[in-house]
Amino acid sequence: MGTLPGRVDPRAFCTQARVLVVAGKGGVGKTTVAATLALVAARAGLHTLLIDVEGTAALPALFGHSGPLGYQETVLADGGDRPGTGRSGAPIRARSLTPDDALLEYLEDHGLRRISRRLTATGTLDVIATAIPGIKDLLVLSKVKSIDKGATAGGDLDLIIIDAPAAGHAVTFLVSPKGLADAVTVGPIRSQAGEVLEMIADPTRFQVLLVTVPEETPVNEAAETAFLLEDQAGVKLAPVVVNGAWPHLGLGGAAPAAASLGVQLTDAEVAGLDRAAEFRRHRQDLQAAQVERLAERLPLPQMMLPYLFSTDLGIHELHILADALERQIAVLPTSAS
Amino acid sequence: MTTGGASGSLGELIERRTVLICAGPGGVGKTTAAAALAYEAARRGRRAVVVTIDPARRLADALGLDALTNEPHQVERVWEGPGEMWALMLDVKGTFDSAVTRNASSAEQARAILDNRLYRNISGALSGTQEYMAVEKLYDLSFDPRFDLVVVDTPPTRHALDFLDAPARLLRFLNNRFFRVLMMPTRASLRAVNFATQALLKTMSKVVGGDVVRDAVAFFTAFEGMEQGFRDRASKVKALLAAPSTAFVVISAPRRDAVDESLYFAGRLAESGQQVAALVVNRLFPEFGGAPPIALPPGHPDSGAAGVLDELLANARDLAGIAARERQHVEVLTSRIHGAALATVPLLDDDVHDMAGLALVAAHLFPEPET
Repeated sequence: MGTLPGRVDPRAFCTQARVLVVAGKGGVGKTTVAATLALVAARAGLHTLLIDVEGTAALPALFGHSGPLGYQETVLADGGDRPGTGRSGAPIRARSLTPDDALLEYLEDHGLRRISRRLTATGTLDVIATAIPGIKDLLVLSKVKSIDKGATAGGDLDLIIIDAPAAGHAVTFLVSPKGLADAVTVGPIRSQAGEVLEMIADPTRFQVLLVTVPEETPVNEAAETAFLLEDQAGVKLAPVVVNGAWPHLGLGGAAPAAASLGVQLTDAEVAGLDRAAEFRRHRQDLQAAQVERLAERLPLPQMMLPYLFSTDLGIHELHILADALERQIAVLPTSAS
Repeated sequence: MTTGGASGSLGELIERRTVLICAGPGGVGKTTAAAALAYEAARRGRRAVVVTIDPARRLADALGLDALTNEPHQVERVWEGPGEMWALMLDVKGTFDSAVTRNASSAEQARAILDNRLYRNISGALSGTQEYMAVEKLYDLSFDPRFDLVVVDTPPTRHALDFLDAPARLLRFLNNRFFRVLMMPTRASLRAVNFATQALLKTMSKVVGGDVVRDAVAFFTAFEGMEQGFRDRASKVKALLAAPSTAFVVISAPRRDAVDESLYFAGRLAESGQQVAALVVNRLFPEFGGAPPIALPPGHPDSGAAGVLDELLANARDLAGIAARERQHVEVLTSRIHGAALATVPLLDDDVHDMAGLALVAAHLFPEPET
């Protein structure tokens, strides 16, 4: 969207559009980035709703909750404040919104509530979803649209973050409404498609944030997805997040440093340190080349998130990532974000 | 790393079995591993065909696959000897079309289905179809005299187990009783049911569109009588998957989510009385022996050297941490998946996109025995 005044702050960044879809290939840390964005928003005092469309347990697990999210909203974190900082944030809420949920709710809302169990048991949902490809995606977005409308009409909701379906499915997810609007000419589905198209084409309401890692195939896919989304879905893309970037180390030789300090190292230890350093430098170079390739292929500002060496990600790690993301937001080119 | 016995077993699989099914979570290099298994089998003199599903473009180029096809394409030999490597990129719709044509009782029945709009959407929209067609193709190829080994890469699904469920799910869809009842308006015994369902159809037509309901009814009408053929084939496929000449290879990565999914799949396989024959763990970090236990002298005048050594130690600790964590993940896999041969492939610089890359992966999967 347009130029932001001066330095970009997290609050301004998180309120450019109410709906932010976080998309990326499987394994790039899409869910972690969605949670991190929610935390950045919450720390800035914004009321945030995270929506999981796949019904997995990964998102709540990051906040220390076990089991998958339900269709009803739950509070994942009371306030985005980090323990001990004295800062007060806004709560992070979350819910699931799977394609099956969305289809069932639509049918129930349109006169089939009485037989909704039968629709599932008889496989009718599958038949409908097959007969109208993209209907489930449309209905998920349609539900998001009504949550967004509810927020506009009042209510304590500033940002809706959607953890999108993985990989190439993200494109289908966002292109389906257009296909349906073209294929279906009348009826409730047509009008839903129209309203959804209006929402996703409005950059003040809806943006997509792509996540990738600095590796060959994910970089290729991020660039391809970006162009498909812009061309076919007409959505506005937020800056791209490059996740898992190794913090850069210079790493000189072990032997001279040890000698100069008078530290005794065996030959094997020197060799081990040097080989580890060589490996790290090599991986850093490979990553740097991929980041550059991404910049060449995809003219979007980049925000780097560091690779964390910890075993399991939890709220503590999310705060570290949120710190990093805030620093990246602060240096975004103000006209491009 | 890989033990001699384990790699021997993976070697035994590609030399003696006739069907290898590569299963595992998405994003772990499954397609590449499947192609490397076929490559090594060919190098050892067998005639191997690999069925790929949605390979990365550069790998597809390397295998000479430029379009979806149901006809295997021979990969140019880069080894000495009589072995052959073939590849195909699964054409889901084409495979389904042949199954329909084969099972139809008449050309008219086949045409009615192939032209139906609901049917034309199935291969793209109904989950499980891709998986079912992969086994369908596998079954055909296993009887093709041109090949002695079929390696199948399974589709990237959220859960690898979808692959095992697919035939049953597709059959359930095709055998939809609800819609079948809707299309028998003349039978007196069903008139009562019919009255209620007609009202329902009306509502559904309003909500999802009349043409959708008409397409669905027409599809299931046309399909009448054909499900037996599909069911027979499904049970033959099931028998093939359970045959001693078939082996399941789980491809995984040393990450928690990948490990969890792999274990889930192995468990589901065990429920149907089958075992994982081999386990391939891809993209392992190397080990460098960790950081030596030394303390830097505080406040040393050469702060540059202290900084360098500090960084070197931190790096060694970080890398050792990753390696230790990955080792744990591999241990969980091997201890919970009993008796499976283990092979590992280290983290490589680039994705595999040529025959040299496949050869490199194969060299890691099948290391030369140390003498």
